[in-house]
Amino acid sequence: MSGNEIEERLEKGTSLWKDAWLRLRKNKMAMIGLWVVIFIFLTCFVFRWFLPQDPNAVALGNEFAPPSAQHWLGTDQLGRDMLTRILDGGQISLLVAIAATCLTVSIGIIYGGISGYVGGRVDGVMMRIVDGLLAMPFLIVVILFRELIEVRVDLIGKFLTSEWGWDKDFVRRFSNIIPLLLAIAAFGWLTMSRIVRTQTAALKRGEFAEAARSLGLSHFRILFRHILPNMLGPVIIYATLTIPSFILYEATLSFIGLGVEPPNSSWGVLIKEGANYLESNVSMLIFPAVVFSITLFAFNFLGDGLRDALDPKAAKD
Amino acid sequence: MLRFILSRFLQTALVVFCLVSFTHVTIRMIPGNPFADEKAMQPHLRERVAEAFGLNESFGNQFVSWWSNVLTKGDFGLSTSLFGRSVNEILTSAFPVSLTLGLGAMFIALVIGIPSGVIASLRHNGWIDYGSMILAMVGICIPAFVLGPLFQLWIARNVSWLSSAGWERPTDILLPALTLGLAVAAYVARLTRGGMLEVLSQDYIRTARAKGVPGHTIILRHALRPALLPVVTYLGPAFAAVITGSFVVETIFQIPGLGQHFVTAVTSKDYFLLPGLVLFYGCLMGIANLIVDIVLTILNPRLREA
Repeated sequence: MSGNEIEERLEKGTSLWKDAWLRLRKNKMAMIGLWVVIFIFLTCFVFRWFLPQDPNAVALGNEFAPPSAQHWLGTDQLGRDMLTRILDGGQISLLVAIAATCLTVSIGIIYGGISGYVGGRVDGVMMRIVDGLLAMPFLIVVILFRELIEVRVDLIGKFLTSEWGWDKDFVRRFSNIIPLLLAIAAFGWLTMSRIVRTQTAALKRGEFAEAARSLGLSHFRILFRHILPNMLGPVIIYATLTIPSFILYEATLSFIGLGVEPPNSSWGVLIKEGANYLESNVSMLIFPAVVFSITLFAFNFLGDGLRDALDPKAAKD
Repeated sequence: MLRFILSRFLQTALVVFCLVSFTHVTIRMIPGNPFADEKAMQPHLRERVAEAFGLNESFGNQFVSWWSNVLTKGDFGLSTSLFGRSVNEILTSAFPVSLTLGLGAMFIALVIGIPSGVIASLRHNGWIDYGSMILAMVGICIPAFVLGPLFQLWIARNVSWLSSAGWERPTDILLPALTLGLAVAAYVARLTRGGMLEVLSQDYIRTARAKGVPGHTIILRHALRPALLPVVTYLGPAFAAVITGSFVVETIFQIPGLGQHFVTAVTSKDYFLLPGLVLFYGCLMGIANLIVDIVLTILNPRLREA
């Protein structure tokens, strides 16, 4: 072993992320959660395309069929294959939740970062706005906002199909879920911005930030290149815990008929249909509900585990 | 204390005002009008109806007159989707129903949540602890819209004095309140356990034990009060969760409460019922949060000086 190599190994040490990963690996429930999340994603987005069944093929005469070799989870009230319907619904549910989470994280980081970095009166005003919005009942404002933007999104969709020649079915699929997703994101970023603000306000006083300032770097660069990477831990933890709550919101809204609508399906829509045909076939409720609950379960355990791993100071409750 | 209450009151009033104004603007900006869904209405009739509801005036005028009617006479106007019924009438008939359901759900949440949290914390890292916390996680992850239908199918069918839908017999509250309350109970249990674990490791508990204070007195008198602070803090959000949960539960169990009216008011673009309901919800949540804050200052002497 040459001297250089030894030096390299000595200097390496272990990074925060490696430490966190080691801690996470010891947490059994979190690891189960992680594998279940990976499994659900693979089945919904990859395995789904190897299945020959068409979730939209109506087969009258084969309604409420029990599980069989052809239909692994049976069929619904129109004889459609339940398994592929659940997987397709999962795609929508997961896409809505993850896209909304990405949006809330971005808005939260920018808003909270600016508020915390600038400080003073600007900070006061920006945070009062957040307080005011937080005091509003979340689901009610989301429902109202979704109604408000639905028509506008529809207009854009019409424009895209008529002027730019986009595929009609493709646009129709999205013109239904985008308002929902935007509405959830529009009011979901508040807590994230608070977390980022508190962190930024503390970190901007750090010596490394002072060093960056004395080097004459721009505020933009200091904030986004030097301060933000230091708070990735809390941001990741909160984002992981946001995904299941958004899945739940989406399903709740779809269940009361103010969320995803046919021809799209999501887990909320499937559970609603299952509840309607409770007497004829319980499995139509049970199967989507089980997949739904397991997903929430996995995300929650993963999020709790990440909190313990990335933020050891916050100790286990 | 009085100043604190007053300033919080003004803040709440401002938030509620913004919320209701947002509702007014939103519902008007959605294309179509509340009568668009009706079967082809004669143009002159449509004109008469619009006039009767004061819809021909400018939006600003309608907005101002709605607020002045609400504030001076307590008159919320007429529902545009339920013909011939005033919003006041709907609110007064539906509110007691929702209130009973909500209080029932809260009661169930606290009665199940607090004791199980305390027991779990006393058996820390034992199987009761793990078992009840996994159960709590299950309670959080199985939403009301799954639980409700399952209760209907498995319990209401087999127990003669429980019905699967409706709001007639006094026992009809049980299943909906349980559906609504279990998720809240799960959170309460987790918070109680967390609070208890933190308190039990404090020095003054050890002192009490060394003094020879009996175990149950330590828990009930010394530990529980500070341990319940996070639970009390959570009651504000819990109240919001019960309100939004009621949209779902009232639909499932066909209960004539505010939640069902809210859903139909949105879908039928009711110009006056929806702002009325939102105002009502906003005030309720504001009051709930205010009460929580006051209780917190009473429970926690450290907050009192601030």
